[in-house]
Amino acid sequence: MLHIEIDGQQVEVPEGSTVMDAADKLGIYIPRFCYHRKLSVAANCRMCLVDVEKAPKPLPACATPVTDGMKVASNSDKAKRAQQGVMEFLLINHPLDCPICDQGGECQLQDLAVGYGCSSSRYTEVKRVVVNKNLGPLIATDMTRCIHCTRCVRFGQEIGGVMELGQAARGEHSEIMPFISQTVDSELSGNMIDLCPVGALTSKPFRYTARTWELTRRSSISPHDGLGANLSMHIKQDRVMRVLPRDNEAVNECWLADRDRFSYEALNSAERLTVPMVKQGGQWRETDWQTALEYVAHGLNEIKTQHGAEAIGALATPNSTLEELHLLQKLTRALGSGNVDHRLRQSDFSADAQMNGAPWLGQAVEALSEIDATLIVGSTLRKEQPLLAHRLRQAVKHGGQLNLINPVDDDLLCVVANQAIVAPSAMVNTLAQVVKAAAQQKGVDLGAAYQAALASVTPNASAQAIAASLCAGKSAAILLGNLAQHHPQAATLHSLGLELARVLGAKFGFLGEAANSVGAYVAGAWPNAGGLNAAQMLAQPRKAYVLLNVEAELDCHDPQQAMNAMMAAEMVVVMSAFKHLALDYADVMLPIAPFTETSGTYINTEGRVQFFNAVVKPQGETRPAWKVLRVLGNLLHLPGFEYNSTEDVRNAVLAGGKTIVSNALDNALKQAVLADISVNVKGVERIGEVPIYQSDAIVRRAPALQAAKDAQAPRAWANAGLMQRLGLNEGDMILLKQGAGQTQLPVARDDRLPDNCVRVAAAHPLTAGLGGMFDTITVTRA
Amino acid sequence: MSEKVILNTLDHPEPGTLANYERVGGYQALKKILAENMSSEAIIAEVKTSGLRGRGGAGFPTGLKWSFLPRHFAGDKYIVCNSDEGEPGTYKDRDILRYNPHSVIEGMIIAGYTLGAQRGYNYIHGEIWDRYEHFEHALDEARAAGYLGQQILGSSFSFELHAHHGFGAYICGEETALLESLEGKKGQPRFKPPFPASFGLYGRPTVINNTETFANIPYIVRNGGQKFLELGKPNNGGTKIFSVTGQVNKPGNFEIPLGTPFPALLEMAGGMRDGRTMKACIPGGSSVPVLPADIMMTCTMDYDSLAKAGSMLGAGSVIILDDTVCMVRALERLSYFYFEESCGQCTPCREGSGWLYRVVHRILQGQGRHEDLELLIDVSKNISGRTICALGDAAATPVLSFIKHYRHEFEHHIEHKRPIDGCH
Amino acid sequence: MTLCAESLAKIDREIAKYPADQKQSAVMSALRIAQQEKGWLASDTIQFVADYLGMPRIAAYEVATFYNMYDTQQRGKHKLVICTNLPCRVTWQQDVGEYLKKKLEINYGETTEDGKFTLIEGECMGACGDAPVMIVNNHRMCSFMTPEKIDQLLAELE
Ligand SMILES: Cc1cc2nc3c(=O)[nH]c(=O)nc-3n(C[C@H](O)[C@H](O)[C@H](O)COP(=O)(O)O)c2cc1C
Ligand code: SF4
Ligand code: FES
Repeated sequence: MLHIEIDGQQVEVPEGSTVMDAADKLGIYIPRFCYHRKLSVAANCRMCLVDVEKAPKPLPACATPVTDGMKVASNSDKAKRAQQGVMEFLLINHPLDCPICDQGGECQLQDLAVGYGCSSSRYTEVKRVVVNKNLGPLIATDMTRCIHCTRCVRFGQEIGGVMELGQAARGEHSEIMPFISQTVDSELSGNMIDLCPVGALTSKPFRYTARTWELTRRSSISPHDGLGANLSMHIKQDRVMRVLPRDNEAVNECWLADRDRFSYEALNSAERLTVPMVKQGGQWRETDWQTALEYVAHGLNEIKTQHGAEAIGALATPNSTLEELHLLQKLTRALGSGNVDHRLRQSDFSADAQMNGAPWLGQAVEALSEIDATLIVGSTLRKEQPLLAHRLRQAVKHGGQLNLINPVDDDLLCVVANQAIVAPSAMVNTLAQVVKAAAQQKGVDLGAAYQAALASVTPNASAQAIAASLCAGKSAAILLGNLAQHHPQAATLHSLGLELARVLGAKFGFLGEAANSVGAYVAGAWPNAGGLNAAQMLAQPRKAYVLLNVEAELDCHDPQQAMNAMMAAEMVVVMSAFKHLALDYADVMLPIAPFTETSGTYINTEGRVQFFNAVVKPQGETRPAWKVLRVLGNLLHLPGFEYNSTEDVRNAVLAGGKTIVSNALDNALKQAVLADISVNVKGVERIGEVPIYQSDAIVRRAPALQAAKDAQAPRAWANAGLMQRLGLNEGDMILLKQGAGQTQLPVARDDRLPDNCVRVAAAHPLTAGLGGMFDTITVTRA
Repeated sequence: MSEKVILNTLDHPEPGTLANYERVGGYQALKKILAENMSSEAIIAEVKTSGLRGRGGAGFPTGLKWSFLPRHFAGDKYIVCNSDEGEPGTYKDRDILRYNPHSVIEGMIIAGYTLGAQRGYNYIHGEIWDRYEHFEHALDEARAAGYLGQQILGSSFSFELHAHHGFGAYICGEETALLESLEGKKGQPRFKPPFPASFGLYGRPTVINNTETFANIPYIVRNGGQKFLELGKPNNGGTKIFSVTGQVNKPGNFEIPLGTPFPALLEMAGGMRDGRTMKACIPGGSSVPVLPADIMMTCTMDYDSLAKAGSMLGAGSVIILDDTVCMVRALERLSYFYFEESCGQCTPCREGSGWLYRVVHRILQGQGRHEDLELLIDVSKNISGRTICALGDAAATPVLSFIKHYRHEFEHHIEHKRPIDGCH
Repeated sequence: MTLCAESLAKIDREIAKYPADQKQSAVMSALRIAQQEKGWLASDTIQFVADYLGMPRIAAYEVATFYNMYDTQQRGKHKLVICTNLPCRVTWQQDVGEYLKKKLEINYGETTEDGKFTLIEGECMGACGDAPVMIVNNHRMCSFMTPEKIDQLLAELE
C-alpha cells in the first residue's frame, strides 16, 4: 500500500493506483473529461492537472502513478491556473451553443466551465466548424462541439470490441468520424452517447424532445435479455422519453445494450392496444374491462365444462414478470389444467422430468469476466447477450480462451481460440467429441450412461483442441446459448454439457434467453407438476389458449404449427400491450401494461431478483397483467387470488426479500438424457436464430432499432457449395418451404456456414410462415 | 582539422559503401565485442565514460539511458533509431545516412548485443526517400557480409534490423509518437511514464536513440569512452555535427568538437551572406529559444554554454538570420509550423498552437492589438509544461523568446502595421 | 478493388519486417505502395489495405489522414511540394513559391486545369542545408531551387 496526501487529507491506495484513484477514494473531485474508470487512460484533455510536490510542472492526476509519501494539491494556485488554462483552450473552439444543445443541463463541459472558466473569452479569432457525420439511426452528431477526449473511440476499441469511430486528420483539424460513409453498427453503440462529456454525440431518437431538467428519473429493469440491465427511465408528462443505464457493477456495470436503451420507443407506439376488445360475429368491438373479463371467464368455463380443463392451455413469454407468470400458472392450474409454459422457442423438453430447479448461468455474471477457458455452445453471443458477451470479451482480453461450437461463424469481436462450426444436426456429436476428448486428456472416467452412449465417438482435431483449451484453464465454464436451448436435441446438449463440466471441474450454465427466463421457472410457469409443455400444447391443439405477451407467429419454435393451433381454437384470449396478428385468431384482446406501466420482478440468469415499480401510468384503459389475472381468478371464483399488490404476489413466490434465489437454481439432471448422438442429415437444414431486434414484442416495435443494421430484413444465407448446387447467385430469390409454409428471400453468401445449411432467421414476419427453427427445409430457385 | 567520428568517410568517391566504412575501421567494434565476448556492463560503462549525450535534442546521457533497460527481461526487446528529423533547421541525420549509414547500423547492432535485443528498426523521415533506399541497400550489404542477421560473424548473437519509412509528420520525431507510428498507428505521443525502456515498441522494453547517437557508438567501443570524451569537453564528450542554415554563404553540416566557439563555426559556414550583419541565431533547431547575435557570438557550441546563454544545443541545428529578417514574419512561419504539426491529441497544444499562430499572423497582417503580446505570452505559458509531449513547449518557446528579445519589432508592427525599417 | 501483383509483393515484403502478429506495422508502407500505384488513396483503396492487413478500416483511415504525404483527395499527375519553412524561406533569392504560383497559375493546394500539377506549401523536409528544397511526387527531392531550375524541372515532367 502507498500513502498519499491530497489537499491535506491522507489516504492509502494499492500499488499501481493513480492520483485520480486516490482522489476519488477521498471524495475529492478533480475535474476531468477524457478519464473514465472503465477505459484506458489517455490523459489528453489535461483538465485534471494537479500540483504534485517537487514536480516542476503540473501533472495529470489521471495518469500520474502514486508514489509513496506523495503530496498533491488539487486546488493550489498552480493547479488552478493550469485547470483554468485548459478550460480556456477547450472553450475557444467550442460553439457555446448550450441553449440549443441536447446535452444542456447534463454537460460536463458546461458544469466545469462554470467552476473553472472565465466569464469572457480572450479568443477573438475564427472558430472551427466541423461537419456532422451520419452515424446511423441511433446517434446524432454535432461534431463542432467535440473536445477530442476520444472516449468514444476508446469505447469501441476496448469495450465494444470494434473500432468504428476514429480520430482522423491531425492537430486542430482532427475529427472524430467513422470510416468514409459507414455508420456505427455496434449493438453497444449507445454507450458512446453517455460517454461523450459534451453534446457532440447525442441520442437521435431523444433529440430535441425534452430538456434534461424537465425529466423525472425512475428506476427500472430491462425486459430483454437474461441480464436484466438496470435502467434509469427518464420521464416527461407520463411518457418515457429516454433510457439510460443505472450503475450496477454486478449486472450491467455502467453500460447498456442498444436494445435496452432504445426499445422504449415502442412504448409510445401507435400499435399500443389501449382498450379491451372482443370479437363478435367476426367483428372487433371495443369494450370495457368488466365485459371483456366476464366474456373470458365465461368462455373458459364453457370450454372446461365441454372439453375438460386440459383443453385449456396457457402460454407466456419469459419477458413477463414473476408476478404475472405466477398468477397465470395459478389460474390455469386452479382451472384444473397443468398446461402452462413459457419456453415457447424450445423444442426438446425431454430433460423436464430430470430437472431439479431452474436452469441458470451456473455462476455470477461478474465471474464471466474472469474465466480462463469458456466453451460456448450454440450462441451468436453478442447479439443474444450483448453485455454478457462484453464480459467474456474482457475475460479473453485478460488472457482467457473462448471456444465455440456453433452453426454460424459470426464475428464475436474477440479472439476465438478454437471453434467447430457445424450443422445443427452435428452439434450434439461435436460436443460429445469434446466430452470424450476432455475425459481422455484429464484421465477421468465418463459416467456409465455417457460411456455407453459415447462408445463410438472419436474426437477430431478441433474437439481435441477445444478440450485441451478447457483442460488448461484454471477456471472453466461451459455455457449453452439460445441456439442450444432451442435446438431439437437441447436435452442431450444439456446432459453432455453437464458431464463435460463434471469431467473438467468446470462451471456449467445457460445464457438465459430473456429477462425472466429463470423467474418463469421460479413462478412455476412450466408443466413440472404434469401437463403439456409449449410444444405439446401446439402440436395437440387445445380448445382455448390464454396468451400472455405472446405473438404466436413470432415467439414460437414452429410458428406454422402455432398459428394452426390458434386458428383452430375455439377461444384465444390475448393479453398484450400491442395490437398484432392475433386480431386474426383471437377472440378477446386485453390491453396489459408493458414493464414500464406495472410493478413487477425479474429474476435474471444468475438468479438475481430485481423488482421495479411502474415508471409511468398505464396508457388508456391498459391494466397491469397481474391485476387482470387476479380479477379473472375472482370472476372464476378460484381460491387464492386475494392479492393487493405485486409485493403480495412476490412474497407468495419468494420467501422474504432474497436477492439471489440460490435454492431455486439447479442445472443438474437426475439422470442423463442422451438421444442418438450420431449425425443423420436428411436434406438441407435450417439454422433459425432469433435476430437481436426481433427478440420480443417491445423491441420489434422500436423504430430506431428497426432502422439499425442489425434489423435488416432476413436473407437466406448459404455457402458457395449450396448456392452452386441450386444454381444461385448472390441476390437471387430463393423459395424456402417447410411443411405447408413457404417464403421467398434473396440469397446471400456466407462460406463459413456449414454445408447443406441455410441460415434463415426466425421471429420475423417474413419467415413466420415457415416451420421449426432447426428443421429441414426445402430450397429451390424462386 | 580535428578528428571526425562520423563524417570520416567523405574522402572517397562513394563514401556510404561498406567497403569504405571498413577502410576507416568499420565493424571493428562489433568484431571486438564478439571476439572478446565483451559484457554488457563493460560496454555500458564505456558509453557512460564517453559522456555521449543524446543527439536527438534532449541531450540525455546515452549510457544512463541504456542502463535503464531491463536487460535480463526474457521476452522481446527492441532497438529503435530515430532518423525522423524534420524540425526546421535539421538535416544532419540525412547526411549520416548518406555518407555513413554503416556507422548507424553497427551502432544499433552493438546496442542490440548490449541490451539483449534481437530486432531493431530505423525510422526514416518521409521526405528523404533516397536515404531510405540507400539505408536498405546498406542493410543488404551488412547482411551479406555477415554483420547482420542470424549468428552474426559465426557467434551466437543474432540481430535483425529493418528500415521503416515515415510519411510526413514531424511529431513522429518524438520518441513515443515514433513508436506508435512504427506500430502502424497515427503518430500520437504516449503519456510517460511508462518510458520506452520498460514499455516501448509493442509494449516491450525498447531503447530509442537518435541516428547520430548510434553512429558514435562504434568509435566509443573501438577506441574507448575516454578517447571520445576527450574529443569534446567534460560533460560534453565527443564531436557533434552542426547543421548550419540560413543566411550564410556555405550552409552545411560540420562535425566539430563540442566546445568549439560559435564564431569558428560561423566561419566554417562561410560567414554571413552578402556581407550582412547577423541579427539572431536559433542554435538548436526551431524549438529552442532564439538568441541575439551579441549573445550568440560569445557562446561555445556545447550543451552547457548554450544552456547558460538561455537557449539549448538541441539537435545542433543552427539557423542564422541576418538583419533583413523581420522577426514577426519569422515567428509567424515557425508558429504556423507547430500549429500545422500538432498531433491534435492534447488540449493545450491542439487549441493553443492555432491560437498562437492566428494572433501572430494577425499582427503580421497589420491587425495587431496592444494586448496581443501579453496574450501571446500568457497563452504560451498555458501550453508550456502542460502537454503530453514536448511539442507544446516547442510551440511556446519561439513565441516567448522572440517576444523577449525582439519585443520592439512586434510593437512596431502593431503600431505601424509594417516591419521595422530594413526588414521584410 | 485490388492492387497489382507487384504492389502486393512489395507490401508482403514490408509485412515480413515485423513480428507475425504485428502486420499493422506495415500499414504506412502499404498505403504508400497503394498510393504509388493508384495515384491517390481513394476510400476503397484504404479499405483494401486495411482488410489486407486485418486492421479496422477507420484505423487505416486515421493513418492515411494523419501523415502529410498521403493524398486522400485526387491530385494532379505531379505533386510539387515546396518547403516554405523558415530556413528555406530566408534563402530564397527570389520568392520561388510565388514564382511557381504565377507560372502554374494556381494557388497552394490547387491543381492546374490540365490536371498536370498540384502545388503544395510544404513543411520542413529535413534537408534545410540544400535550401530551397522541393519534393516531387513524394520520392524525388530537388535541392537549391531557383527559377531556372524550376523551369527545367517543369519542362522535364510530362
Ligand atoms: C516534437 C519533438 C520532435 C522530435 N524530433 C526528433 C527528431 O526528429 N529526431 C530525434 O532524434 N529526436 C527527436 N526528438 C527527441 C526524441 O523524443 C528523443 O528524445 C530522442 O530520439 C532520443 O534520442 P537521443 O537520446 O539519442 O537523443 C523530438 C522530440 C520532440 C518532443
Ligand atoms: S503536445 Fe501536441 S504533439 Fe504532443 S501530444 Fe499534445 S497535441 Fe500531440
Ligand atoms: S482526465 Fe486527466 S488528462 Fe483528461
